[in-house]
Amino acid sequence: MNLNHIKSSTLLEIDNLSLSFQMYKGFVEQQQLEVISNLSVTVHSGEILAIVGSSGSGKSLLAHAILGILPENATIKGTLRYKDRILTSSYQEELRGEKLALVPQSVSYLDPLMKISGQVIGHKDKSKRKLALKNIFKRLELEEKTENMFPFQLSGGMARRVLVATAVIGDAELIIADEPTPGMQTDQALEALAIFRKLADEGKGIILITHDIDLALNFADNVAIFYAGTTLEITPPKDFLDGEHALRHPYSKALYRAMPQNGFTPLAGLQPYAGTITKGCPFAPRCAECMEQCKKEIPPMRKLRDGYVRCYYAT
Amino acid sequence: MRVTKSIQTTLKYIIRMLTLLFAVSVIAFTLVKLSPVDPIQQYILSTGAVSPEQREELEEYWGIDEPPVKQFINWFSALLHGDMGTSLLYRRPVLDLIREKFLNTLALMICAWVFSGIIGFSLGCAMGVSKDKLCDRILKRICLFLCSVPTFWLGLVLLLIFSVWLGLFPIGFSSPIGMMNSDVSIWQQIHHLILPALSLSLMSFANVALHTRQKLIDVLESDYVLFAKARGEGRFTIVKRHGIRNILLPALTLQFASFAELFGGSVLAENVFSYPGLGSAVSAAGLNSDVPLLLGITLFSAVFVFTGNLIANILYGVIDPKIKEDYEIQNTSHNSDGHTVSENDNNE
Repeated sequence: MNLNHIKSSTLLEIDNLSLSFQMYKGFVEQQQLEVISNLSVTVHSGEILAIVGSSGSGKSLLAHAILGILPENATIKGTLRYKDRILTSSYQEELRGEKLALVPQSVSYLDPLMKISGQVIGHKDKSKRKLALKNIFKRLELEEKTENMFPFQLSGGMARRVLVATAVIGDAELIIADEPTPGMQTDQALEALAIFRKLADEGKGIILITHDIDLALNFADNVAIFYAGTTLEITPPKDFLDGEHALRHPYSKALYRAMPQNGFTPLAGLQPYAGTITKGCPFAPRCAECMEQCKKEIPPMRKLRDGYVRCYYAT
Repeated sequence: MRVTKSIQTTLKYIIRMLTLLFAVSVIAFTLVKLSPVDPIQQYILSTGAVSPEQREELEEYWGIDEPPVKQFINWFSALLHGDMGTSLLYRRPVLDLIREKFLNTLALMICAWVFSGIIGFSLGCAMGVSKDKLCDRILKRICLFLCSVPTFWLGLVLLLIFSVWLGLFPIGFSSPIGMMNSDVSIWQQIHHLILPALSLSLMSFANVALHTRQKLIDVLESDYVLFAKARGEGRFTIVKRHGIRNILLPALTLQFASFAELFGGSVLAENVFSYPGLGSAVSAAGLNSDVPLLLGITLFSAVFVFTGNLIANILYGVIDPKIKEDYEIQNTSHNSDGHTVSENDNNE
């Protein structure tokens, strides 16, 4: 496999994904609570796609949906494709822990009573991975004695690298990092993201779920703006650095203005809660350019300049 | 440093045990004094008629007319010399009696303890894994039923079914009636042990099973199990790799901390099955005003329950890496004793 081939291949395609939970409303009546709607993104190998959005926008659930580890009362609509093959639950099972890897949020995702070495190695290919362990620890600058530690003995930065190690050891092609930086100091966060950048440069595809937009802009190849369970815009990070005019969606522009270095201007209103999402554009209630049409149906994703946008009026 | 630390810990436990025993003896003694239990009356009953003068002499000889504090000091100093007195009922030294009766009870309790531990744990795991499925729902109801049924009633039902109707087991005692102790074979002893052990374990295994079930469900809903799923671990692997590991510790603690219930349960079970153990001895002592035996067994049961809790504590320190580190690295006096040593109020 040559490098160019790796660079160009599409790993994951998410097309019109909707995710809802069946919940009891009161005692008898059941309702479908939609948390992700009409979401479409694509991840290529060698690329970091940052998914940026505020808390409660459904980012973590997206990761769980890709891996197929959603709770039983969740229903998925739309298609997920991995390397041009539809991601069925049996295909997901085959990929999990092999080609697909999750780097979870915190140390609470490690078994509190199991030594680090056992957790990084996992349950498959034990002898092979045992050999790889030393190398990976060295690469991630983890001391050798970490192997025999328990999760509660790790510092924040160590825990982060151990979690990354669990993904790297299995030779995954697509790594989904769910909020890898909160609670870390800037230099630690930069270091963590540098690890992901390096992995991407080696040909892996990376989905970086975060709400730290500044960090994402520094390391990602593409940034997907997530709002109320859907992507409103997908843009190269360059446009964020270039300024408001380079961005497409009104929400992205508002997000830009709300950043500390760009005026720190908040936008009135709140992101709609799951379950209250209406048919139209989820941003419509807060949008200055909102028209009748926006309230009736959600605009389709369309290509605009180097990115994609979900807005009728974006230019 | 590690040696001094473990000496410190041991000393701490010894002091704790001594203060506990002192407190138990004070309370038990006071309760007996306050109760209508009259050892003289009991003594007289068994010897035949006595004149009031003789009775007064007896009281003086036994020191009944002395102030209670003085009486306590007399009894307690004898206790410190290893003399627990003589049982009025059996006319034998209390210490000998306890030793003999405890061996019988121990056989009963070990059987019940092991049985309830193993069955309870496995059933709990089975229920936890199949949460809310049919198998779990049925087992859960059975466990809740067994939890709410009193031991003596369960014992009577078992006795009725297996001994009276089916005739599979003897109706009581620890050996066949009319046989010399030396002639009784181990099989006959086991035969007599099964029903009491079964009824004793039936009441406690349900408890263990329900605790294990809940703990396993908590573990299976944890972040680390979700991550294990994300890494491709199957259901069985998850239970094996993470489930058992994380529920074993609380289960063990619960098992050792259940000594108190075990002791309380054995009193009832032994009475129903006329099994000659410590449990039936304590109720006999209570009903027949055998004060020395009653106090002796009370103290002994306190030691027994304390030992159970102590083992649970030590096990926690050995198995749980977090507490182990506390013992080894930190030199602070961390109080890992989350379980209060509960004294069993047998018959007073």
